[in-house]
Amino acid sequence: MNKSVFLGAMAFAGLAAGVASAGTLDDVKSRGTLNCGVTTGVVGFSAPNAEGVWEGFDVDVCRAVAAAVLGDSTAVEFVPTTPKTRFTALSAGEIDMLSRVTTWTLSRDADLKFTFVGVNYYDGQGFMVPKELGVSSAKELDGATVCIQTGTTTELNLADFFRTNNISYEPVPIETVAEAQQQYLAGACDVFTTDASQLASTRATFETPADHVILSDIISKEPLGPTVRHGDDEWADVVRWSYNTMVAAEELGITSANVGTMSASATDNPEINRLLGHEGNMGEMLGLDPQWAARILSAVGNYGESFERNLGGQSAIGLARGLNALWTEGGLQYSPPVR
Amino acid sequence: MSDTSYVRTEMLEQREPPASTVGVIGWARANLFSSALNSVLTLVALGFVAYILSALIPWTFQSVWNAESLSECREIMIATWGSTHGHACWAVINDRWLQMLYGFYPSHLYWRVNLALVLTLAALAPVLFSEKSPRQMIYLTLAYPFIMPWLMWGGSIWNPISAAVGFAIVFFGTRHLTAMTGSLIAIIASVIAALLWWMAISAPVVAGLSSVIPIGIETVQSREFGGFMLALLLGIVAIGVSLPIGILLALGRQSDLMIVKAICVGFIEFIRGVPLITLLFVASLLLNVFLPPGTNFDIILRVMIMMTLFSAAYMAEVIRGGLAALPKGQYEGADSLGLNYWQAQRLIIMPQALKISIPGIVSTFIGIFKDTTLVSIIGLLDVIGFSTAIRADANWNGIYWELFAFIAVLFFVVCFSMSRYSMYLERKLQTGHKR
Repeated sequence: MNKSVFLGAMAFAGLAAGVASAGTLDDVKSRGTLNCGVTTGVVGFSAPNAEGVWEGFDVDVCRAVAAAVLGDSTAVEFVPTTPKTRFTALSAGEIDMLSRVTTWTLSRDADLKFTFVGVNYYDGQGFMVPKELGVSSAKELDGATVCIQTGTTTELNLADFFRTNNISYEPVPIETVAEAQQQYLAGACDVFTTDASQLASTRATFETPADHVILSDIISKEPLGPTVRHGDDEWADVVRWSYNTMVAAEELGITSANVGTMSASATDNPEINRLLGHEGNMGEMLGLDPQWAARILSAVGNYGESFERNLGGQSAIGLARGLNALWTEGGLQYSPPVR
Repeated sequence: MSDTSYVRTEMLEQREPPASTVGVIGWARANLFSSALNSVLTLVALGFVAYILSALIPWTFQSVWNAESLSECREIMIATWGSTHGHACWAVINDRWLQMLYGFYPSHLYWRVNLALVLTLAALAPVLFSEKSPRQMIYLTLAYPFIMPWLMWGGSIWNPISAAVGFAIVFFGTRHLTAMTGSLIAIIASVIAALLWWMAISAPVVAGLSSVIPIGIETVQSREFGGFMLALLLGIVAIGVSLPIGILLALGRQSDLMIVKAICVGFIEFIRGVPLITLLFVASLLLNVFLPPGTNFDIILRVMIMMTLFSAAYMAEVIRGGLAALPKGQYEGADSLGLNYWQAQRLIIMPQALKISIPGIVSTFIGIFKDTTLVSIIGLLDVIGFSTAIRADANWNGIYWELFAFIAVLFFVVCFSMSRYSMYLERKLQTGHKR
């Protein structure tokens, strides 16, 4: 009897909670903070600084959404997640969105039931080898020992690549990039493979970066992007357009420096006016106020600014834009029109 | 007969023992070079120690303390010693030590963590050094389980008070109802009353009191907990709560009541049959799926419960070992004195059983304290988790040994103190089983 009462109470609580969490947007607004899943530390993408403030390229997406929805880019609860805990945290509702170097794949979309709202970084899996090995192509790596992070798409890509080229390898499974760095430098593996952005940031920390080469072969597509749960399209729209705003702003030349003057009074450019709330009712359609985009841009800047600050020339990593340049400059970053 | 005697009539002056058998030389001869094999082993061991120290001492002491990044550290090393090998870059500790100790805890509230730690030591004093501390301090120990969480998490002062009221209901209810209804009914009734208070009545009462008399301190979210503080917090809670639960489980396992025994055996064997990391994954992932979405069941609380249950199962078995070592005569003696079950346990059995189990209990404590670092695998930023997060800062990417050396020192200090205390306790409680 007691048990059935307990189960009944649980079911009722579940029902009540199910009704209450019908809209993530309303939940976030009433809570006053955005729960954003990030990594436990990946260089350039998310890491706490000495003051305990999270910084990074993925962190900026969280801050952009918080700025749009809550009007305060600091109203974010950052939830550190590991490769193993990230998806459960998202599907169980512990976090509202996941912005955590997560590759968009069919199975994650359809089977795990997540909606990838965009691609904020086009990455690809590469190889780093010591220069003295004299290797110039990944196809010459027959019989090599390879340091590889377990539980990631890179592990599967590696197996596919070696199988299609009919060559063999010996995996050295590792848990984190830092561990891989030590193993690789200590000579436990001949090759270190992971996303090319991580290879570059890892090599930048070596004492003699010139002794190591990153092979030109990129064996996979790793479109990394922010993710939300299936079934709440209004919330997915908010996250998608918060991110698109950053890309569109770079295209339109709006920066964190000039967004103040541009949002104070209407400009000659109707696209800018629509984005910054002088024309139309874009914010209202998303369930936000007209100033949503202006707040994003004054908080984190446009896509290019965020890239330069966290990954590009202004950071210690110094990555080139490459595929992540705007489509007008030969890259893939392209925002649908704000209209 | 001549007077010549072959027997010495006066004592010789006492002489110093030969120089080769006393002092440093004597000690070395007796202990290090007593045979050819020992001499060789000594020389090899000395050579090994010297080799390790010759690398370790320059690494530790010829080091950089002030730098902004690893590359700056390396520049300073090149400028000073001409090479980057064999020199530590302690600047990372200098830069981030507060974070490694306190996590994301707000820096203007560090005093609360420090005060909680001081209170922990003060509250432990009457338990650990009972004869050396004033009797009144036991009241602090009783109040500590309510003060410590309040200091750590903050919030209204009425929360810990209402929690304490529940325990007061159990205590006084049992005491006063026993005469009227008998002990079993008294216990059940007062526990139900306390549960009613906690579940239903206390929340509105606390809300009312907080609005009338709003006394409180700034609230700190569990997510802001981290660093070594988290290890200490989890360790103290798991250690403090698992000992009483473990005693009850051990007694339950030896009990004649079939259901009690079955529950205790089932619990102990289930928990001991499952790795801790599995339980932590259950706490962080499975519970999320089973609980209704939007339920806010604090992750640190979940982890605390799991670690406590885990350590309680091991504790129960350690204490059962102590109970099994007691001769049956002790139980019979207690019975013949007319003591009831709980009196016999409290006065006769437990003092002896616990004394026997001290080394096992303390090594379980040390084990569970070190196991707290496993929480980094489920994404909590404890001190190990922070070492990863610090490396993810572009300034410190690639630094490794210095962070782990710092963590090792922190853990060594705590674990070594525990182990020394257990040896002190064993000496104190020794009652002549060995000379």
